[in-house]
Amino acid sequence: MIDVTKKLAGFALVSAVVLLGACSSTPEGEGADGAGTMDGSNVSSQVGSDVDEFGNPLKRVFYFDFDKATLNADVRSDLDKHAKRLNNNSISIRLEGHADERGTREYNLALGERRAKAVANYLAIQGVNNSRIQTISYGEEKPVAFGSDEASWAQNRRVELIDIK
Amino acid sequence: MMMRRLLISLLAVFASTWVAAQELRIEITKGNDKPTVVAVVPFSPPPGGALPENVPEIISADLYRSGLFKLIPPSDMLSLPHQESEVHYRDWRAIGTEYLVVGRMGRDASGLIIAEVELFDVYRQQKLFSQRWQAPVSDLRDMAHAISDRIYLALTGVRGAFSTKILYVSAVNLPNRRYNYRLMVADADGYRPKQILESSEPILSPSWSPNGVDIAYVSFEYDRRPAIMLHNLKTGQRQKLTHFPGLNSAPAFSPDGRQLAMVLSKDGSPDIYVMDLSTRYLNRITKDNIAIDTEPAWMPDGKSLVFTSNRGGAPQIYRVVLAEGWTERMTFDGDYNARAVPLPDSSGIALVHRENGAFRIAVLEFATGRLKVLSHTNLASLDESPTIAPNGSMLMYATEKQGRGILAAVSVDGIVRFDLPGKDRDVRDPSWSPFFNPPQSSR
Repeated sequence: MIDVTKKLAGFALVSAVVLLGACSSTPEGEGADGAGTMDGSNVSSQVGSDVDEFGNPLKRVFYFDFDKATLNADVRSDLDKHAKRLNNNSISIRLEGHADERGTREYNLALGERRAKAVANYLAIQGVNNSRIQTISYGEEKPVAFGSDEASWAQNRRVELIDIK
Repeated sequence: MMMRRLLISLLAVFASTWVAAQELRIEITKGNDKPTVVAVVPFSPPPGGALPENVPEIISADLYRSGLFKLIPPSDMLSLPHQESEVHYRDWRAIGTEYLVVGRMGRDASGLIIAEVELFDVYRQQKLFSQRWQAPVSDLRDMAHAISDRIYLALTGVRGAFSTKILYVSAVNLPNRRYNYRLMVADADGYRPKQILESSEPILSPSWSPNGVDIAYVSFEYDRRPAIMLHNLKTGQRQKLTHFPGLNSAPAFSPDGRQLAMVLSKDGSPDIYVMDLSTRYLNRITKDNIAIDTEPAWMPDGKSLVFTSNRGGAPQIYRVVLAEGWTERMTFDGDYNARAVPLPDSSGIALVHRENGAFRIAVLEFATGRLKVLSHTNLASLDESPTIAPNGSMLMYATEKQGRGILAAVSVDGIVRFDLPGKDRDVRDPSWSPFFNPPQSSR
């Protein structure tokens, strides 16, 4: 059983690398990070991306409404699985909060932090020790989609979950 | 017709100097309806060769950019006087000139460039001033701006702000989710941009000390986390003021330069703190444990701060009196009012206001309680980061044009507007310097 999981994890890692390669050859612009990001599966910064019981990678990016830091209902099952995963290993995670370009930069930094903390609090309630969770906000400074439209904004209002050792 | 010819000749001026401007360039987008007509006659050149900068053209561009003046192009002038004895008022009345600037350039024994400039009231047939400036060849733009300041003072009664500078951030998105950020300083007309700092991690919220030498800003260069930096522009010396867990954001110097307001979230939610810069002692000002409190700005008397808070559910502007901790809400129009900055005369605040889905710069006048929208960039504009010239005449802000971040400026009465587009980069987060005292160029 352990072997199978390892293979699956290895497969997921390879797919992540392939996706990363595909991403880097895509010309910069709306499409580059836009294609397929709604499930967060092509976010490449994490190492050893994990999978659920069906072998699908867990979501690593969680999206928010404008000027809101409340978790949408559809992200909870993935966060529950992350909590389970984290409770079964010793890795720490970094939660990076982001905002879309609308509104003021400093307010958006605060908003990004609230989003990251909303995810952190949810994981903590699921038993993940606070000391293993780092939060940081980049506000609107690090967009992944560069259009000035709702589709781009929706992709930028996010928290990214990144494994760190 | 006159206006169009003027525009063309000014565009020619700018075109010939775009190369020197490098990162920013000026585009006048909207002028005043009833500007005062001024003629700046080309100055007589100094002996011993041409100069690298055309001083009277820089003066003309300054005056034009203020929105208060219309400039007579040299091609329309009937005579080209360089001193009072050569001025024939009828030549200037004939083409509608109200004020006339003439000048002579020279060199002293040590090689300094000298400008002797006179300003005349054409209708009263009066000399308003005659003054001499000197500067090394390398500082001719400073000299020109100082002359513009003097003319502006003589014609409006208000000190000119042409010798000031702006801090701003320029950024570019690179492939593979990499970014490049630069902290820049340039003259208020966008010329002579200089890089202060470059980083692959965000730089934001640059802010001037009233001493005109120190600046503060937020940099993510340490450990990819935010730190508030204090940076001396003369010596280049940098100090990390705060690097707490969570937010280190929105530094703002007090009017006496001794304290720095900032936002920290080390104690839970984002709150406003004031740091005494000599002792580094931190005083927590807002104590709300749930809401976002951010974007502090000092009222000119230094006794209260305005700030943004979403304690009522949506971001609105509040004011806290520091001695008592007494707080009042200031904005009630709309569901998004943020990043207030006081007008220098304390008559109101400029802020970012959302209206029909667009973010615009507005001024809240304290006397009337009225919110007046100043920026009408376009229907879906995303205007932010207002900053005001130290003489209160112009307001600069960040906006977008054709998908790129640019700086725009608008007169506080909302009439004139000009843009400072970046060349290949987004420009944003402008901060207008205080007056440099003594004026940098009057040597």
